[in-house]
Amino acid sequence: MSDVVGHSVTKIDALALATGEEKFVDDFDRPGTAHAGILYSPHASARIKSIDTAAALAIDGVFDVLSQKNVKKVVHTTAGQGFPEPSPYDTAMFDDRVRFVGDRVAAVLAASPALVRDALAAIRVEYEPLPPVLDYEAAADPAAPIVNEPDSGRGPFSFGDGKTRNLAAAVSFAIGDVDAGLLQADNVFDRTYRTHYASHCMLEPHSVFTFLDERNRLVIYSSTQVPFHVRRICAAVLDIPIRSIRVIKPRIGGGFGGKQEVFLEYIPALFTLRTGRPVKMVLGRKEVFVSSRTRHPMRIRMRSGVKNDGTITAIDHDVLMNTGAYGSHALTVLSNAGSKVLPLFNKVENVRFSGRTVYSNLPVGGAYRGYGATQSVFAFGQQIDMMARAAGIDVVDFYAQRHIREGETSAIFEALGEGKAGVEMTIRSCGLGECLRLGAEAIGWKSKRGARLSDGPRVRGVGMVGLMQGSSIPRIDMGASSIKMNEDGSFNLMVGATDLGTGSDTVLAQIAAEVLGVPVDRIIVYSSDTDMTPFDTGAYASSTTYLSGESVRRCAEKIKVQIIDVAAAMSGKEADTFSLAEGNALSGDLSIPLSAIAHHAFYRRDQFQIQAQASHVTEASPPPFSAHFAEVEVDRETGLVKVLDYVAAVDCGQAINPLLAEGQCEGSVVNGISFALTEEYLFNSRGAMTNASFGRYKIYSAADLPKIRTILVDTHEPTGPYGAKSVSEICINGPLPAIANAIFDAVGVRLFESPFTPERVLRAIEEG
Amino acid sequence: MMEINLTVNGERLTWAIRPDASLLACLRQNGFIEVKSGCAEGDCGACLVLLDGKPVNSCMVFAASAQGSSVTTVRGIGTQRSPHVIQESLAESGGVQCGFCTPGMVVAAFALLRDNPDPGESEIRRALDGCLCRCTGYEKIVDGIRLAAARIREIESAAGEQSDE
Repeated sequence: MSDVVGHSVTKIDALALATGEEKFVDDFDRPGTAHAGILYSPHASARIKSIDTAAALAIDGVFDVLSQKNVKKVVHTTAGQGFPEPSPYDTAMFDDRVRFVGDRVAAVLAASPALVRDALAAIRVEYEPLPPVLDYEAAADPAAPIVNEPDSGRGPFSFGDGKTRNLAAAVSFAIGDVDAGLLQADNVFDRTYRTHYASHCMLEPHSVFTFLDERNRLVIYSSTQVPFHVRRICAAVLDIPIRSIRVIKPRIGGGFGGKQEVFLEYIPALFTLRTGRPVKMVLGRKEVFVSSRTRHPMRIRMRSGVKNDGTITAIDHDVLMNTGAYGSHALTVLSNAGSKVLPLFNKVENVRFSGRTVYSNLPVGGAYRGYGATQSVFAFGQQIDMMARAAGIDVVDFYAQRHIREGETSAIFEALGEGKAGVEMTIRSCGLGECLRLGAEAIGWKSKRGARLSDGPRVRGVGMVGLMQGSSIPRIDMGASSIKMNEDGSFNLMVGATDLGTGSDTVLAQIAAEVLGVPVDRIIVYSSDTDMTPFDTGAYASSTTYLSGESVRRCAEKIKVQIIDVAAAMSGKEADTFSLAEGNALSGDLSIPLSAIAHHAFYRRDQFQIQAQASHVTEASPPPFSAHFAEVEVDRETGLVKVLDYVAAVDCGQAINPLLAEGQCEGSVVNGISFALTEEYLFNSRGAMTNASFGRYKIYSAADLPKIRTILVDTHEPTGPYGAKSVSEICINGPLPAIANAIFDAVGVRLFESPFTPERVLRAIEEG
Repeated sequence: MMEINLTVNGERLTWAIRPDASLLACLRQNGFIEVKSGCAEGDCGACLVLLDGKPVNSCMVFAASAQGSSVTTVRGIGTQRSPHVIQESLAESGGVQCGFCTPGMVVAAFALLRDNPDPGESEIRRALDGCLCRCTGYEKIVDGIRLAAARIREIESAAGEQSDE
């Protein structure tokens, strides 16, 4: 290989971002831009009896008000997934019911943000409060109030079972006989775990800018991970043709799944269609916390049995997931709780997964980096630790002896798909063994495990967990790209793929540059514009490098053939004697610069544009693997947990850009640590979030953290571009179980509820 | 409305502002869109600027109180045509992912290295404490600032040697 792939090329937009010259959605403007804002429900559950907007509309500079009174009710899902979306259609732009504190009631359009505030305050709403469901674990009780009912008649999928109250989705599968398996065990662990609400906390709030262009088409600038799904869903909700909408994604200030949600764009778009005005809508931080989307909380009961020789006899995995008021990703996050966790121990003969997702009158769940695996592996990772200890086997060895290997499969791959059956898959690359070895060595596992070094009340411990994820959704996700050649031997690369800050524009440019034998600066990337770039399902499910990257590789290969054909025609030499390197077509001693080839194609003979396009759908979703190791210090008197050291060893196949891959790991780990220790939604008795600000919802800053170490373990995935798999999600799953296991190593108590605040840790220590 | 005079990135300006408007809002309204708004509550540091040389969250400062002051934004520190070493080093070290926090990080780093040319890791981390980043995990931001510090010291010692000659 190669000049470009495998090298830490500087991110192509990095300097422009570091000087503040790149543009995010809120940085675009047009003369006469009006501002939109939303009025939210103060009730967890209520019927709207009346809305009086006259006083708001009477204010000078207030242009329009939207509510269920004047907006056609189009029931849809806001989950920005491919069509047909495997999420219940249960949401309207505005409804006569409000279902959580923060549900939208009305929207206003005014000349300035200050006038928006005045107008929102002038809207009079009369509510009939209804009894809410604030405890999701009781949502399925036959006597519970009804939160929401997925309308399977209008959605593409059927959800619920027609009898369970507030059921948003259900999924189950089984292999072997779990009950018989548990009876064979020498030790059975039956534990119930609970995970909490969390916010993505991308630094850029959700932002939309809409206007009508010179030909009266609707242009939507959006901070979205899914521009093509935005176009499709907005067309449906606004009842206008797809051809009349152009969606553009400029630079995006992070997403992490939160910007996969299409819940905002159609509001400013409708204002623009009604008034002809350019409209800007930027959420405030409190709105992002309360009214955008969150990580679904889960209650997980896991029963697992182990023999004294370490054989796992059965795993019974029962998940109850809270989707809040609307069922965004209600089925697929649930199924990923099984499919991205259980195959790791593929030799277990008796496995059962039973999942239900219920509605409650609380904030809405959605896609969040890790996507169900994060919650699930909190339980799984602790059960493995318990079983290894019971069998007297070091847990690192326990993983090493039992994890899925190259050439092996798991029945779960086929059983658990995304809205339909999954895809059978044989593992073709697995570096978990090396991850376990290198990670253990780096943290000093052998000397620290069980040592319980103490300094007064502060005791140290180490814990670990083994992880897997996926790379794109097989037979569902599609990525496409096109390339054209310019006279100087440079190339325009157009991709539907969506760089939300990850560096995917750079990674995709590297893949094209590698095929074409040019430096990265010869590749001019343009991405995510529904008028100008090919389709892509979007940046989610750890898909961009693996899926969109392969479409780029294939497209570049087609370009390479065209270039070489021209070189052969120019030189009279056989095409199969040519290769591309360092900006030239080479055949023996002959070297033809790409610029000469492009000139020939443009101006000399048989003129044509060297250009190609390629699409890619995968047959597999090869898991990246990872082993995470945490060293913590637990203060027995205060319950405070400090992370002293953290190592993540990761097999993401061939890292196309190691620096960017490490950045994905480090960012995920820190998000995971902060999720494990401090981040938490607090609610009052009426279901209102009480800490919706960065001041009261603590995400870690640089000063709070030890050094996070990433070890990239290169493997070669034959189905990925240049051997690549995914890297973006897997590492967020490690901290919760690794830290829980480290706390146990230090002080001998298990945490079954997250996050591990001093109060919870102290209570666990006191209860012994 | 009221009028204020101030200097932004060396340019003398007169703004007509609402008395309750924040410096952040006025900077953005007047084209200084390189200053980002992540929370508008003083918690995230994306809107950090230098106000008379001191790093402040511009969302927490009334524009009216900037009368007669000098403001430096990230573009006042460097542009692509003439980038500052801190900006180049952050880019090369992988310290820029989505880049929304980066303008604030650059301002924080600039203030740090001006006052402390050879900071230790914990000093760098403390200087960034008010600036949140959700993408990088901070590792490569810290790396970038350490690299920038070394490069600046090198440049200055080379300049010092030249002036000794």
